[in-house]
Amino acid sequence: MKRYTWRTGVLEAVMIVTALIFAFPVYILFVQAFRPADDTGASPLVPPARPTLDNFAQAWNQASLGPAIVNSALVTVGSIALLVVLSALAAYPIARSTRTWSRVTFALFMLGLLVPFQLALIPLYQTMRDLGLLGDPLSLVIYYTGVQMPFSVFLYTGFLRGLDRGYEEAAMMDGAGPLRSFFSVVLPLLRPITGTVIILNVIFVWNDFLTPLLYLSGSGEQTIPVALFGFVGQYVSQWPLVFAGLIIGSIPVLAVYFAMQKRVIQGFAGGLKG
Amino acid sequence: MAPHAPGVAPTKGGGPPPPRGRGRTRPHHLSVPWWFVLPALAFFAFVVLVPALRGAMYSFTDWDGLAREYSFVGFDQYRALLADKGARGALLHTLVIAFAVTLVQNLVGLLLALGVNTAIKSRNVLRVLFFAPAVITPVVTAYLWKYLYSPQGALNSALDVLGLGAWAQDWLGDSGIALWSVVAVIVWQFSGYSMVIFLAGLQSIPREIYEASDMDGAGPVRRFWHIVRPMLAPAFTINLMLSLIGGLKLFDQVWVMTQGGPGGATDTLSTVIYREAFQFNAFAYSTAMAVVLTLFVIVSSGAQYGYLARQERKNA
Repeated sequence: MKRYTWRTGVLEAVMIVTALIFAFPVYILFVQAFRPADDTGASPLVPPARPTLDNFAQAWNQASLGPAIVNSALVTVGSIALLVVLSALAAYPIARSTRTWSRVTFALFMLGLLVPFQLALIPLYQTMRDLGLLGDPLSLVIYYTGVQMPFSVFLYTGFLRGLDRGYEEAAMMDGAGPLRSFFSVVLPLLRPITGTVIILNVIFVWNDFLTPLLYLSGSGEQTIPVALFGFVGQYVSQWPLVFAGLIIGSIPVLAVYFAMQKRVIQGFAGGLKG
Repeated sequence: MAPHAPGVAPTKGGGPPPPRGRGRTRPHHLSVPWWFVLPALAFFAFVVLVPALRGAMYSFTDWDGLAREYSFVGFDQYRALLADKGARGALLHTLVIAFAVTLVQNLVGLLLALGVNTAIKSRNVLRVLFFAPAVITPVVTAYLWKYLYSPQGALNSALDVLGLGAWAQDWLGDSGIALWSVVAVIVWQFSGYSMVIFLAGLQSIPREIYEASDMDGAGPVRRFWHIVRPMLAPAFTINLMLSLIGGLKLFDQVWVMTQGGPGGATDTLSTVIYREAFQFNAFAYSTAMAVVLTLFVIVSSGAQYGYLARQERKNA
């Protein structure tokens, strides 16, 4: 890096002011969430004189955020486990074979990257209904595993193509079957890209809104975004209460982000290069 | 992708090492079984491929989503779509959002990346901060902005404090402004995403290149245009593709903030698809719109990709 001159100082000031503007909405979120219910006359910009935690307790109970967090966590863990194992398994022969079937399969997955889910949304909804899966979080696990498969296969295939074959061939020559050498040799070698696959999919699955809204509606089961949507619909003008709910709902994903920010940013920045 | 370095071939019994590299047949027991793709393909076919093909088929029927029977009606749904003023508006809004988001989000993201990729002391903190909105649930950011935008909300109050009270608006209630208010939220949330991709591109530029251009006496603008910009071509490709596709498919934020209102001013293809299918039971009509959206995504991202790939080759 270059020296720190007065120009750098000016730039630093400009960037910090920009950051404050970016952070303004989040500042408001917290100012409002801690505002007591009877503190209505004050400007929305000023922090409450007597901050309270009441909104958080009330939001937690009335939005049933506890069960929603459990559901979100189960759906996320289930889908990501299936995605990691199955997409790595599929990418392995795709990356290693140059036959026609391999190129066609890869092209098919890549087409899936482009097709908007809206096209599949309605027929799939009907299928889930006919199978009696509506209202069951399992339907979401199936959905996310399928819908994120192209992207995960894409990431794994790119990584595998750059990976030396020595180890896996050694394992197979030693008499390990293909499945065993996949799980004991190949999968561990994929660890760097597996981190990226997990991060990108966790953020997607945790934040997704439309599909759980459709599949779980009327069932009493909820994920975090759906619970927040229903909760805000009920208490639409009670912003302090609403904002406390929004903060609680965002804590899990933000905690993960700030705890592993370097890895997360790296995943988003580099994951798409393949 | 760099070609593999020839590693040490594992051998047994001291025979000659097996041939390596692609395009040659290897001993059968060393090839990876093709059926490894089956479980992934099954999920993908069940969730995406088969429903998408069925969706395309339903767009040529009069199915309402409930009835056991339906009949084929040719292009009637598409004709109805062209005659529907609301649908044409949604189509236009979708294109405006996609174009505006792609342009502004990448411009802001690029400026942030250039600002953070300097000797400033706060660069690491700022990077984490600018990216943070991108991981927050869109439903959450949408509700937050719905409040900020409300007539008595924080944005108008802030304008008042700054002495710009005359600029106060009903940001989501005024049909002339609402679409741009939605665009601003997307730009706020995802500029940091563009930033980290540009930043990765900037950091891959070798320092010697900067130093050489310093010695040549190139100013910062000339240096950016002639040296940095061409080297950022791959980052531009990724960013422009992501924001274009994301903009075309936009749903969550619009649905939470405006549900397409006021008076359809912020309707996008996605919100109309949802409403027609799940509130009006016009399943066939809705799938016709989804087909149109799919064609838009494939054609425009294909065209964009073709153009950007040519640029990358020219710069290489």
